[in-house]
Amino acid sequence: MLDALKTRLGDAALSEFRGQSRAIVPRDDLASTMQWLKDDQGFDLLVDVTCVDYLSYRDAEHRFGLVYLLANTATNERLTIRVYLDEPDLAVPSMCDLWCGANWLEREVFDMFGIEFRGHPNLKRILMPEAFVAHPLRKDYPLQGRGERHNFPVLTREQA
Amino acid sequence: MSLAPSLERPPQSQDYLWTLNFGPQHPATHTTLRIVLELDGERVVNAIPDIGYLHSGFEKIGEKLDYNQYVTVTDRMNYISPMANNVAWHHAVETLLGIELTPRCKYIRTIICELARISDHLLSTGAMGLDTGAFTFFLYAFYQREVIYDIFETLCGARFTNSYTRVGGVMHDITPQVIEKIRRFVKTFPATIDDLEKLLNRNRIFVDRTRQVGVLTKEEATNWSATGPVARASGVTRDLRKDEPYLAYADFDFQVCCATAGDCFARYYVRMAEMRESLRIIQQAIENLPSGPANIGVDERTTLPSKAQVYQTIEGTITHFELVMLNRGFTVPSEESYAAIEAPNGELGFYVVGDGSDVAYRARCRPPSFIHFSLFPKLIRGHTLSDVVAVLGSLNIIAAELDR
Repeated sequence: MLDALKTRLGDAALSEFRGQSRAIVPRDDLASTMQWLKDDQGFDLLVDVTCVDYLSYRDAEHRFGLVYLLANTATNERLTIRVYLDEPDLAVPSMCDLWCGANWLEREVFDMFGIEFRGHPNLKRILMPEAFVAHPLRKDYPLQGRGERHNFPVLTREQA
Repeated sequence: MSLAPSLERPPQSQDYLWTLNFGPQHPATHTTLRIVLELDGERVVNAIPDIGYLHSGFEKIGEKLDYNQYVTVTDRMNYISPMANNVAWHHAVETLLGIELTPRCKYIRTIICELARISDHLLSTGAMGLDTGAFTFFLYAFYQREVIYDIFETLCGARFTNSYTRVGGVMHDITPQVIEKIRRFVKTFPATIDDLEKLLNRNRIFVDRTRQVGVLTKEEATNWSATGPVARASGVTRDLRKDEPYLAYADFDFQVCCATAGDCFARYYVRMAEMRESLRIIQQAIENLPSGPANIGVDERTTLPSKAQVYQTIEGTITHFELVMLNRGFTVPSEESYAAIEAPNGELGFYVVGDGSDVAYRARCRPPSFIHFSLFPKLIRGHTLSDVVAVLGSLNIIAAELDR
């Protein structure tokens, strides 16, 4: 699997840490690479989709790192796919067509980081309220919020 | 917290449908979650989960608390098996730091993980029984949960929010009293499982309400990222304890419990069978518990040394000083890693990004409840309103982990 990945993505894209193989995929190749990993390489389980905001990370070259954790249930191989994104263009193709499980995971990443998943059937906030404007897991969002909780409108029984 | 566009349907086409609001405060949801159900008579045409009521920013807090402090937050994620969350978090941190545990610590963690699995399965099957009308079953299950709480209390002083693990070890070593309590539990618990199985396995009401309800096929389970008992009830044989043996699981003889039906009854049945296997693991682990220290030594500078070491040896004093001083702590690589354990509910993993400091730069939790709840609309469509609680119970949704 690793050799096939090496010929497809090049040597520089692959790395390993504590026995975990990782590959960096350019955004434009993401859809085709994932399709290939699922159909030809047997990575049938999408374990997780998450994101890291590298705003205050030392020596980081990109703002966001999107992370896809894949697993092959037949051979128990695992693979981490990383895609780097920079503002203002934070759009990647959605994986909902390949893995149904990506639906909520991508919604959560959209909610928390503001990454847009093109082709997602229902890209809406999932954990935060619909009227919320910020993306809370970004590093420029303060831990205690920007007063959303403090300024929350209080409804009386007459208004309700 | 948003509703899917299907609610905004054209006015005339389906105006015979009823919309029922289920939760967020409803006894049968057990925790705070909301489902908007569209009903045709008693039949569920569509279900729209609406979550986020318990969102408390656990992942954001993980970027402020250090690797040892954050364990208190993991307790509150899946609060019906907090020990498994503790182990999962520190397993991920130790993977990032490259720490190898002592054999005794591995065994202790294996034992508490399996006790957590039994206590989780007792609650999830018990609550499912309760919702489908089997109250006695629930009481039998909860009595045994109390016994496990007593074991945890003797082990670490806390019954519910244990926070037992530390980076490179545990809070303190297992004592002979705990071993004695676990031995007694291993001896007495099989009789309770027999009772529980006699109560429900062939119970006409329970079987009728759970068989062929909420069927999930093997292909769908993998495609929807399901893991743990939910996937194994559909015929997926994946179990991280066997497939990627972590801790001491490679040393033990146990079976992976699977079913093929994929319905609510299969999920119940897999959980019941897993409790017996967990008991086998605990029995093997407690009888073969290695001697030696539970925490890794003072030279590694990752775990706080005992007070005797701090006061009587210079190495102990230095290690304590190094770990407690704000600008010291242990060395963390600027790297990212993912490590998961087979938690009672499924694959519970943490994606931890280290940046050199002793606080994680990003602490992502892969929550099994969240992923399983996304299956809910698919499983309930076409079944009746009373099946909602059966499906919900069989998925074992814990809202604190769902929303984090």
